[in-house]
Amino acid sequence: MRQIAIYGKGGIGKSTTTQNTVAGLAYMGKKVMIVGCDPKADSTRLILHAKAQSTVMDLVRELGTVEDLELEDVMKVGYGDVKCVESGGPEPGVGCAGRGVITAINFLEENGAYTPDLDFVFYDVLGDVVCGGFAMPIREGKAEEIYIVTSGEMMAMYAANNIAKGILKYASSGKVRLAGLICNARKTDKEFELISALAAKLGTQMIHFVPRDNQVQRAELRRMTVIEYSPEHPQAQEYRTLAQKIHDNKMLVVPTPLEMEELEELLMEFGIMEAEDESIVGVAETAAV
Amino acid sequence: MSEAPIKKVEGITKESTQAMIDHAMEIYPEKAKKKRAPHLAPNEGEGACVKSNRKTIPGIMSARGCAYAGAKGVVWGPIRDMVHVSHGPVGCGWYSWGTRRNLVTGVNGVSQFAMQFTSDFQEKDIVYGGDKKLKTLLNEAHELFPLAKGISVLSECPVGLIGDDINSVAKIASEELQIPVIPCNCEGFRGVSQSLGHHISNDTIRDHIIGTREFAEPAGPYDIALIGDYNIGGDVWSVKPLLEEIGLNVKAVWTGDGELEKIAATHTVKLNLIHCYRSMNYMCRVMEEKYGIPWLEFNFFGPTKIRESLRKIADFFDDSIKEKVEAAIAKYDPIMQAVIDEYRPRLEGKKVMLYVGGLRPRHTVNAYADLGMMVVGSGYEFAHGDDYERTSPEMPEATVIYDDASEHELEQFVDELRPDLVGSGIKEKYLFQKMGIPFRQMHSWDYSGPYHAYNGFPIFARDVDMAVNSPTWKLVKAPF
Repeated sequence: MRQIAIYGKGGIGKSTTTQNTVAGLAYMGKKVMIVGCDPKADSTRLILHAKAQSTVMDLVRELGTVEDLELEDVMKVGYGDVKCVESGGPEPGVGCAGRGVITAINFLEENGAYTPDLDFVFYDVLGDVVCGGFAMPIREGKAEEIYIVTSGEMMAMYAANNIAKGILKYASSGKVRLAGLICNARKTDKEFELISALAAKLGTQMIHFVPRDNQVQRAELRRMTVIEYSPEHPQAQEYRTLAQKIHDNKMLVVPTPLEMEELEELLMEFGIMEAEDESIVGVAETAAV
Repeated sequence: MSEAPIKKVEGITKESTQAMIDHAMEIYPEKAKKKRAPHLAPNEGEGACVKSNRKTIPGIMSARGCAYAGAKGVVWGPIRDMVHVSHGPVGCGWYSWGTRRNLVTGVNGVSQFAMQFTSDFQEKDIVYGGDKKLKTLLNEAHELFPLAKGISVLSECPVGLIGDDINSVAKIASEELQIPVIPCNCEGFRGVSQSLGHHISNDTIRDHIIGTREFAEPAGPYDIALIGDYNIGGDVWSVKPLLEEIGLNVKAVWTGDGELEKIAATHTVKLNLIHCYRSMNYMCRVMEEKYGIPWLEFNFFGPTKIRESLRKIADFFDDSIKEKVEAAIAKYDPIMQAVIDEYRPRLEGKKVMLYVGGLRPRHTVNAYADLGMMVVGSGYEFAHGDDYERTSPEMPEATVIYDDASEHELEQFVDELRPDLVGSGIKEKYLFQKMGIPFRQMHSWDYSGPYHAYNGFPIFARDVDMAVNSPTWKLVKAPF
């Protein structure tokens, strides 16, 4: 069983990419489980054709304690026999979403969700690893393989680099490794080259460049993956290619995150960012005149 | 009968005490030694001779509590007509329930609420937040116990960790239920000991309670408040009648057998008498600054200090009080002398070591002296510099002073000094009894009390005699 965690900036398309990739693996006949680690609980809707499945924490809240919960209450099976679980958690601003992830994963472990027939477990994690709870999927004995979803946009690259720093911390004490960047293209300038260059600097690879295609949105409107909605479409083939590449991937590295200056130089090299004029920093409009 | 404090103990010198400290420190690694050394010293006679109020070193087996313990156990818990909610997982509330022996009057559930209220956090409350549960709990508590004058909400650690907003829940509940609901952000992880819990609780009283009520009857010239007496073993019930006997009008007690509304109206008294300086000096200062109320530290342990303190108190008032004070001293002195005559011959020259909290490591020193006994070592769990400043003059020259002592240090000191009595807590009790040394729990008065004031001294003397002169210790032989 390979356990894989998908990280990346919020809104970059982690859940969409994960579900389409998982659908690709299922299409290949692989047994896969998705564990959504985000209170928004939108990591499994395309596989289940559901608005949102009932989450582990929802049921814990309903029943009172986690001990009263049964695995079949929280695990649903969708397209390609993909098993789906959502950790769930509070609305923004209250409680502790990170603890929700920990509770949910502990529950899955204790109740035998990780069956030996599974080929892959995918953790789809909230964009910002704000506390220990969201690092739960990459702790000892869990995901050892991490893919970062990014694009050629500046903030997405900053986030990717920060996540690499987090991986470095866990890599030094455990087996977790960076397995590659997935470029979810936004059609920015020289995006392919830029992310390839970033991957090289991080010591990893751009495992696949997923082109932007509105077919993804058309499928999402039907709460389906592209692979299920239109298996013959070229975009479906892109995801199957990504699935195959992940299946075959052996390149697991301890990342070499960039210093902020290095990252900015890279962005400047590709014309994403202009050199800062230090003489104008902190000078108000009126004073500058 | 007046006992001058004993200033010299045979065989104890600055050098001998320092050698004993150095010996105890030998076992420590360098770093621990460096950190612990400033917390142990021979008494200098003035000033704070040890460092204090610092974070405990991991691994040294401290006897300290946490901020929540200081809030629940010390300041809030004794207020009898309020419901006190331990907000968080069940353990903190359960293990702090009735453990301090702060006695109360009244009928349980009607006029006092010495019960265990907790929000009993589960995983779901951590993940989704506990604010809604707290709101429900407050409503239910008020419905079940409508006679409770108010509710305190005492935060346990997780509440602070997940950032629940108990302050806004309390505010809304207060308006809806029409009783004070007081949020106290006393999470256990804050600060280095229970001491910060006292401070936070004082600040909460300042922000939410003081000045919100007035006494029905008109203010009088002899109105005072008794501050920092928590009625351990009924201490307040010994102190209050004595203060009344000398003509004072005790309008409020903070917080032993305390009542919320009287505490809230304390801003109109003429003088605050403070017993436990450590846990309530903060509010005395606030009342002094804001309402111009002077405050006075006093000591009602043993006839010598009682007499001194009564006269100090009388100095604040007119001749009628002074006369009553002298009359009281004249009345009780012979009774106290009889107690001394009975017990002193059996206790003369006996040595005591203390390790407690609050004020006892200094306030009780002279009570032992009244019985002819010497305190040869003293220290606090959670004191600050100003406590040690007040301790030095009370203790004999060059005796050992210890701050946040570890079990190992205490064991070493007791082993070397071989006192006739150790006064400390339940955590220390069995260690010293196994060493064959008489022991009294001096946090709880060992299920006895009161020890304060004239009614307390005979009980104190009896208990000390009972421990020191028990034949048990002569019959016990170590099997090795």
